[in-house]
Amino acid sequence: MENSEVDKGRRRFLIGATSVVGAVGTAAMAAPFLNSWNPSERAKAAGAPAEVNLSKVQEGQLVRVIWRKKPVWIVNRTKEMLDNLPSNDPLLKDPGSEVATQQPDYAKNPFRTREGKEKFLVLIGICTHLGCSPTYRPELAPPDLGADWKGGWYCPCHGSRFDLAGRVFKNVPAPTNLVVPVYSYKNENTILIGLDENGEAA
Amino acid sequence: MMQGLLNWIDARFPLTKVWNEHLAEYYAPKNFNFWYFFGSLALLVLVIQIVSGIFLTMHYKPDAEMAYASVEYIMRDVPGGWFIRYMHSTGASAFFIVVYLHMFRGLIYGSYKGPRELVWLIGMAIYLALMAEAFMGYLLPWGNMSYWGAQVIINLFNTIPVIGSDVSTWIRGDYVIADATLNRLFALHVAALPLVLVALVFVHIVALHVVGSNNPDGVEIKKLKDENGIPLDGIPFHPYYTVKDIVGVGVFLLVFFAIIFFGPEMGGYFLEHANFEPANPLKTPEHIAPVWYFTPFYTVLRAVTLSPFMGTLAMFGAIVLLALLPWIDGNPIKSWRYRSKAHTINILLFAACFLVLGYLGVKPVIPMLKELGTRMTEIYFMFFIVLWIHSKPGKANFVMWFLILAAVIVGIDLFRYNPEATDDASQIVWQWIFPIGYLALTLLLPGVVKSFNTEKIVPERVTS
Amino acid sequence: MRKKVIAFAATLLLPVSLMANSGGENLEPANIDLHDHKSLQNGAKYFVNYCMGCHGLKASRYNRIAKDMGLPVNPKQTGKTGKEADQVADANAKLITENLIFTTDEEGKPSSLGSLMLSSIPPKDAAKWFGAPPPDLSTVGRLRGADWIYNYLKSFYLDPKRPTGVNNTVFKNVGMPHVLWELQGWQKLEEGEHGHHLVLDKPGKLSPEEYDVVVRDLTNFLTYVGEPAQLVRKKYGVFAMILLVIFIGVAYAMKKEFWKDIH
Repeated sequence: MENSEVDKGRRRFLIGATSVVGAVGTAAMAAPFLNSWNPSERAKAAGAPAEVNLSKVQEGQLVRVIWRKKPVWIVNRTKEMLDNLPSNDPLLKDPGSEVATQQPDYAKNPFRTREGKEKFLVLIGICTHLGCSPTYRPELAPPDLGADWKGGWYCPCHGSRFDLAGRVFKNVPAPTNLVVPVYSYKNENTILIGLDENGEAA
Repeated sequence: MMQGLLNWIDARFPLTKVWNEHLAEYYAPKNFNFWYFFGSLALLVLVIQIVSGIFLTMHYKPDAEMAYASVEYIMRDVPGGWFIRYMHSTGASAFFIVVYLHMFRGLIYGSYKGPRELVWLIGMAIYLALMAEAFMGYLLPWGNMSYWGAQVIINLFNTIPVIGSDVSTWIRGDYVIADATLNRLFALHVAALPLVLVALVFVHIVALHVVGSNNPDGVEIKKLKDENGIPLDGIPFHPYYTVKDIVGVGVFLLVFFAIIFFGPEMGGYFLEHANFEPANPLKTPEHIAPVWYFTPFYTVLRAVTLSPFMGTLAMFGAIVLLALLPWIDGNPIKSWRYRSKAHTINILLFAACFLVLGYLGVKPVIPMLKELGTRMTEIYFMFFIVLWIHSKPGKANFVMWFLILAAVIVGIDLFRYNPEATDDASQIVWQWIFPIGYLALTLLLPGVVKSFNTEKIVPERVTS
Repeated sequence: MRKKVIAFAATLLLPVSLMANSGGENLEPANIDLHDHKSLQNGAKYFVNYCMGCHGLKASRYNRIAKDMGLPVNPKQTGKTGKEADQVADANAKLITENLIFTTDEEGKPSSLGSLMLSSIPPKDAAKWFGAPPPDLSTVGRLRGADWIYNYLKSFYLDPKRPTGVNNTVFKNVGMPHVLWELQGWQKLEEGEHGHHLVLDKPGKLSPEEYDVVVRDLTNFLTYVGEPAQLVRKKYGVFAMILLVIFIGVAYAMKKEFWKDIH
């Protein structure tokens, strides 16, 4: 078994070369396995954008659709509702929608909608505290919510409150504003939830 | 730093000790040839099956209503799903090809003989577990052949006297193959048997390492050691056989992936055409054949017509006899390189017989093939008797044994012969030549021609 | 060494010969080309118009067959970018929806492009009407093979003894009526010295050559649907073979280098 000259350099090179090709092969074999965890065509089909016809939504009405198994609200806001929004600002945790994860860029404004389309608010109806679905309370100053209540949502689970732009109030358990999903206008009367100019939602 | 970490582990876990005992200082014979690749390849295929199997389980639905559709979901909707499925289906067939070649190596080099009898027995246990695992796996796609193949095989338990049909119902969990059967076979296939297989493979390697590997010359390398206790003809498994086995892996994967990418169905033998429609209890396929790797034993089952139970016993007996090889073959010479020419002929004819039995298993039962199946079954079982006779070639009375066994064959023929069944009868008459020819070549020839019965001297050192 | 290489190559003859699929008893070869987009599109068109009333393709999705027929409905699959991608995808989506989608969802909207290609026939009723429910054809391409399907669709003939009035030389006593009779016309079975053969008795809307094209395209489509992955797997196979040959090369060199120690 003894050999006078073992070319260590050549051995190291060959071990290296075999390892590199082997690693490429292993990665190639592993790729489909890892890829199999990505959403299947079935999941993608079920998660496809949801269309909502706006002409049926009356003023002040909230319509709920299901998108990717989550409740999505579309609210037809009156002029009065929109005018009342700025007065809430001092009472809110994030009036300017600074937390980027809660809305797409085009919804980072006082109305939290696309520019020029302030009327219809689109929100994911899941409380940002622990995931319950808050109740729609559009009425002004009801007895249980107080005289300053200008309309919004009240979560019955732990008492979090959100205004009519989905912005979270101070001194409630929920940490952030309600999420505005990716959406776009297919035409004047139709909203597509889950699809915008950047493609489908992740 | 690495050395420090290693020391810390070694003080608490026998890592370096195991590495040395079983790899870097496990001395294997230096003359391993082509036939010695299949052990490591079998391990590779086991890993392939487990990994691909786990990923299939992530998408497969073990429910009679959803199973078939879930497999098509994997083939089309799951990214990379078709690749994972083909790895598993090709891997199943590859496993048996590798295992049969691995077993054949044992046959030709006498690797089942002492002190390696236990290695062989554990290997036979692995073979049985593998067949059970493959059988259960085949039911899972819930295709029509899955359904009817399982129906036929589980009905075999009906043949057990008295308790037969209760046993079948108990296995099925229902009166016919049904959702209950599918679900429990899924649990066994995915969890129970893989654990059993891994445990058996572990024990198989441990047992091998105690006695050391055999080699193509059948020479015990531990008999001659140097001053350091290292066998003169031994080389450390690592790096020499790790490096060699890597080449074997490369060649294997070349064929394996060629099949997956260019022909995963393999003409309908790896993925059967008849299984591409969902299970239909009302529609039996034209001919029900098991998957190719079971076909030799299926032919044996069909060939023994005394009674269904005898057929079942014969089928299992064929496998049990293999397990008993260490005690049937009493010849001290291990490798066929040094045994008589008659012994070599015996082994080659046995291999040919096994292949023919396999081929017959996929064919429909027409009189000529039915008779051929019977004749091949006769040869299969006689192989073990002939092997036993060859244990002491110097002392055995070959001519006497030829006459005895030929008489047995003729006796069975007379018992079977029914002049009114003209098709079958004419086949019995001319196909008589197969078993008699086999006996002539393996018993008469060495009895009469000395050169066919001469054994060679086994060398002290390995040759190549 | 040379003997071993030859022996190994010889053993490969068996699997290679197995991979070459045989057509089966006296079946005319279908000669389909799975990469012929126009043929696949034609086949899909005829399928949804003539077959999908009874036979579903419940493992198949509209957007998948669209992509594989050269009409992707997903902008990312068009090979273009930005607005152009959206336009191409939208045009394809319209084409597919208008020509291939005849079912609706619960709200009455046409089935979405991502939905499964289900037939609207009620299975239990179909079983009563035809004896057995018309099978889903997602995997018929693999069950029967292209040649069988091609010949089957061309082998219906008039047979007054059958409840449907027709029989089929490839599938004896089939329960399926001759759905394509309009296109092919009606055939009769005539006995001759060399066995039976089919003769066109009443011509249909298409000439035999035109009908042949329709049947070939249908066969092409069904063979593709049987295993969509077959369009891509050979391509991957070539890469795998090249990579593995390189691997065997370096691994063998490494082996030889280490084994210098032994000899």
